[in-house]
Amino acid sequence: MLQVVCIKQVADTETRVKVAADGRTLDPAGVTWILNPYDEFAVEAALRLKEGLATGEVVVVSLGAAGVQTTLRNALAMGADRALHLRNDTPSPDALAVARCLADAIRPLSPGLVWFGKSAVDDDGAQVGAMVAELLGLPCVTVVAKFEHRGATAIVEREIEGGREVIEVALPAVLTTDKGLNEPRYASLKGIMGAKKKSIEERAVELGAPNLEVVSMQLPAPRAAGRIIGEGAAAVPELVRVLREEAKVI
Amino acid sequence: MSILVFIEQRDGQLRPVSREAIGEAVRLAAALGGPVVGVCCAAADPGLAALGEAGADQVLFAQHEAFGTYDGAGYAAAVAEAVQRVAPSAVLFSASAMGKDLAPRVAARLGVGLASDCTMVVAEGDRLVATRPVFAGKAFQKVAFPLRPALLSLRPKVFAAAAVQVGRSALVEPIAFAWDASAPRAKVTGMTGAQGGRPDLTESEIVVSGGRGLKGPEHFALVEQLADALGATVGASRAVVDAGWRPHGEQVGQTGQVVSPKLYIAVGISGAIQHLAGMSSSRCIVAINKDPDAPIFKVADYGIVGDLFEILPALTAAVKQLH
Ligand SMILES: Cc1cc2nc3c(=O)[nH]c(=O)nc-3n(C[C@H](O)[C@H](O)[C@H](O)COP(=O)(O)OP(=O)(O)OC[C@H]3O[C@@H](n4cnc5c(N)ncnc54)[C@H](O)[C@@H]3O)c2cc1C
Ligand SMILES: Nc1ncnc2c1ncn2[C@@H]1O[C@H](COP(=O)(O)O)[C@@H](O)[C@H]1O
Repeated sequence: MLQVVCIKQVADTETRVKVAADGRTLDPAGVTWILNPYDEFAVEAALRLKEGLATGEVVVVSLGAAGVQTTLRNALAMGADRALHLRNDTPSPDALAVARCLADAIRPLSPGLVWFGKSAVDDDGAQVGAMVAELLGLPCVTVVAKFEHRGATAIVEREIEGGREVIEVALPAVLTTDKGLNEPRYASLKGIMGAKKKSIEERAVELGAPNLEVVSMQLPAPRAAGRIIGEGAAAVPELVRVLREEAKVI
Repeated sequence: MSILVFIEQRDGQLRPVSREAIGEAVRLAAALGGPVVGVCCAAADPGLAALGEAGADQVLFAQHEAFGTYDGAGYAAAVAEAVQRVAPSAVLFSASAMGKDLAPRVAARLGVGLASDCTMVVAEGDRLVATRPVFAGKAFQKVAFPLRPALLSLRPKVFAAAAVQVGRSALVEPIAFAWDASAPRAKVTGMTGAQGGRPDLTESEIVVSGGRGLKGPEHFALVEQLADALGATVGASRAVVDAGWRPHGEQVGQTGQVVSPKLYIAVGISGAIQHLAGMSSSRCIVAINKDPDAPIFKVADYGIVGDLFEILPALTAAVKQLH
């Protein structure tokens, strides 16, 4: 079975966000770039399935500027077989535009599974996976925290309010991964060396007219400094009083 | 032009988040004009006429026997059909588990953009501008919609429901849509791990979160007791989730749940940047930590410095005395 994993390069979660001169995007100066943490679960899930079946191929796909090749290389070092770089330099393109390009690239590969992270930790969109499923006309489950392959179907679980839905999904399908699905591996030295020999195919893509327009990006007003009510259990009565009388939250 | 609202039901019960979405639709309709129309997918009418009290003028009812449980593809087909029928200027979803799954499917079907997890929506003339957190709240984007309809999902607990208009009822109309339930699909077969009693993390008014300061999973009983006394939900830092003390679903932060309750109490949590990202938009933040220099105090409205093992039982007892 051929599996596709869509991965995004994002700013490290330690990043102190600064707004770029355009007033709309992240200032990339000094930012460390990482594989989106949720996409690590997606890569890991695909690799485990391939290893379990002892056959198949894992193709990682990323859309972005030249720099995303380092992230593709990371996924190759984890064990993916080959990579496809959809080259486009637009900063933070909208989800539907990205989904259309990804869907066009994925369709001819006829994958048995297409994996996504549930959300990219930069734009927090949580959109691209379900959009690609719709564009490909494939069954889809988002926010998957448990996966079991059963031949022509898979049994998966997704977190919802107050519990988990258990879902039987027919393959081929699109899944987006949540934390808890697995423990992503670190690339081994052998993997890192091996990744240098694997191929990254680069293909230029056009995004089309924007479907959503980012007007501005701003930093939140800093929270007004709070106050220390006191020390130890002796401060509890005063805390309860301010929560009731000042903040009116209990 | 109308505003269309996706109405959630589960097990035949209307979900309270939909009243928040209707409330915002009523406000937008006042600026943009037109009625507030709901669309609900269900196996049987969950009492849709009563949504008139929440502000809906009309509700389209997409009935299918397979809609006893959620089906993203089927729901998307029905909602897209509702959009064709009423040609709304905007479609509102809740950014709940269901809404987050459904909205992008509908957006892809319609070929329009979606602003997810919005915390504010303003009508500027006849154009909508939505505010949404990015980088888990480290920044905010303002987005506009070049295409119609504008699709938005609204973060739970941020938008107020409209004042109840007792006795007002919405006109309920069935809507036909094309969807083949026998095609290969994702089918819900059951539920598991239902956590008893406590409200969901993202929909809770009060969240009490515990961190590594609790020293071990067994001490989370102290957090749970305070949470129960407050009618709150329990959250956790990633450190304790990764240690296996608490389930993944409880993690608050950039790689967990983003919450905006009216009261967030952080107990034995240092306040790492990824944790702060997930809770800084809470209305009131309380920190309990023995280290006066812990970064959590920088975002807290009120803090107590000291040993949580003394403070928590005292606080729980004091809260119980209030009721
Ligand atoms: C990619 C990535 C993503 C991440 N995402 C998240 C995320 O989503 N959410 C998240 O929470 N973290 C996240 N983290 C982890 C984050 O960086 C911190 O490691 C984590 O939040 C620390 O958890 P903590 O505050 O419980 O533990 P610690 O930092 O160890 O803090 C424990 C605190 O307890 C206090 N304490 C100890 N004993 C007592 C006592 N008896 N009484 C009172 N106070 C006491 C200490 O003073 C200390 O401040 C992420 C990290 C990375 C690298
Ligand atoms: N530019 C991209 N290239 C490849 N995959 C992407 C890209 N953007 C988003 N994705 C995938 O879609 C998921 C959800 O992204 P988002 O909808 O932006 O939150 C990510 O976790 C990735 O798996």
